[in-house]
Amino acid sequence: MGSLMDISSAVFLLIGSFLCVSGGVGILRFPDFYTRMHAAGVTDTLATAMILIGLMLQNPDGLVVLKLIIILLMTLFISPTASHALASAAVHNDLKPVLDNNEKVKTSNP
Amino acid sequence: MILGLYNYWIVVVLMMIGFYIVIAHGNLIKKIVGLTIFQTSVFIFYISMAKVEGGTAPILAEGIKQYSNPLPHVLILTAIVVGIATTALGLALAVRIKEAYGSIEEEEIQEKDNLDC
Amino acid sequence: MFAVIMLSGIYGLLSASFFVAMDAVDVAFTEASVGAGISTLLMLVAITMTGRSEHPVRHKPVLALVVVIVTGSLLIYGTLDMPYFGSVTAPVHQHVAPQYINDSMQQVGVPNIVTSVLASYRGFDTFGEVVVIFTAGMGVLALLSVVRRPKGIAEIDSLNKSMHEEYLVLRIVAKMLIPFILLFALYVQFHGDFGPGGGFQAGVIFAAAIILYSMLFGMSTARRVINQSLIQLLAAIGVLLYGSVGVVSLLEDKHFLDYSALSADPIAGQHLGILLIELGVGITVASVMIIIFFNFAGRKNSEQNQESNES
Repeated sequence: MGSLMDISSAVFLLIGSFLCVSGGVGILRFPDFYTRMHAAGVTDTLATAMILIGLMLQNPDGLVVLKLIIILLMTLFISPTASHALASAAVHNDLKPVLDNNEKVKTSNP
Repeated sequence: MILGLYNYWIVVVLMMIGFYIVIAHGNLIKKIVGLTIFQTSVFIFYISMAKVEGGTAPILAEGIKQYSNPLPHVLILTAIVVGIATTALGLALAVRIKEAYGSIEEEEIQEKDNLDC
Repeated sequence: MFAVIMLSGIYGLLSASFFVAMDAVDVAFTEASVGAGISTLLMLVAITMTGRSEHPVRHKPVLALVVVIVTGSLLIYGTLDMPYFGSVTAPVHQHVAPQYINDSMQQVGVPNIVTSVLASYRGFDTFGEVVVIFTAGMGVLALLSVVRRPKGIAEIDSLNKSMHEEYLVLRIVAKMLIPFILLFALYVQFHGDFGPGGGFQAGVIFAAAIILYSMLFGMSTARRVINQSLIQLLAAIGVLLYGSVGVVSLLEDKHFLDYSALSADPIAGQHLGILLIELGVGITVASVMIIIFFNFAGRKNSEQNQESNES
């Protein structure tokens, strides 16, 4: 049972680190502001959640688990709100998203 | 011998970067940012001196034999808060200079002063 | 300039994580809240008034580069005598520090050695620090305060409703989160004895919650919630509380800020003294940060009003 906890905690931490790195790659490589923000927001929230769950499994009994659960809840509230604030600030300043071809959007509606 | 002192050299590099920003750039806000970098490098200097190999955070707990030195921590706590106070005052001065002279570039302010005198 | 300020905020956060790696948890807490939070915020408010772009440097700063390189090499030459990183026999770990580590539990009775040194052994330095923060708040007040006429209540409500649609998600989430941020600030204030925390961090977190409220709901609403003169009075009350603890010790025939004069049992006196002065520190820091932010933002608002009145 002890080693099952260790292995699952290690798996969660590794998934979280991979998501952090892929979020960073996305910020650098995506072509447009909105897609970059999507990469940062989504992967960062999920990566933080995975890392926190991995840390919770490291030491399952104690006050630390409760504190980590509260941190997880706050992150799930705050991080998408921050992405929303960024996106609405960009829309407010008239930053248009790069779309493929505007005619395609019109003719796809029957 | 060389490898044991790398933390001081990182601090010196950061300090010199902050110093260069203060003397080479003209924008007042950028100078204040350079001062912040300089301050943080001094904090890193003190805190890296306080670290003891094999020690933990200086909070008394059962079963821990070696603690890191708490005295530099106290000094740097004071220094951080005093640093933010002086940064706030510097930014307030920069705002007032902008209102009085119309610009926060060092050269334009000096030109305006030379014109007035 | 915007990118410069964001990068300096990231630099502050990275140095806070460095402090955690160096076992300096109190310092990391303070640096994260102050360097990565309040400092970035104040610089952003400052560049809304001073302009976002900077003029490019016209001449090559060769002399500056030479001075920097010479100074840097002299400093590196000076560090060749320093003790190695992490060595146990370094001079900084002899003399006073082992005395603090060994005697702190018997003399002060508080597990967090940094708090006991900050509040009890070196309490006078902390008093000077609180006065410096108070002075900075007064300086910002003297430089940036604007006399304004109080707005009518009907005017403020119409402003609020007109902006409600735009900020709906942010306002609802903030309304849920701000009480918890304030509660966390109180937790940090009173648990500074047992873990990382204390007056400074708590004051900064409290001020951050109030600043979040005033950013989302408008300055005029925030001024109705937080009375300006009350905040200025509170800043002075924090410093007075700290000083009066010292004066009470003087009146009991002991040294200034000697906490054993506050109670019959010296350890209980130390606990009471540390509680009171941390409270004074927290009140002053929170009030001064709020004063600084409100004055910066109020200056910006009055600038906008002046421009719209002239044009």
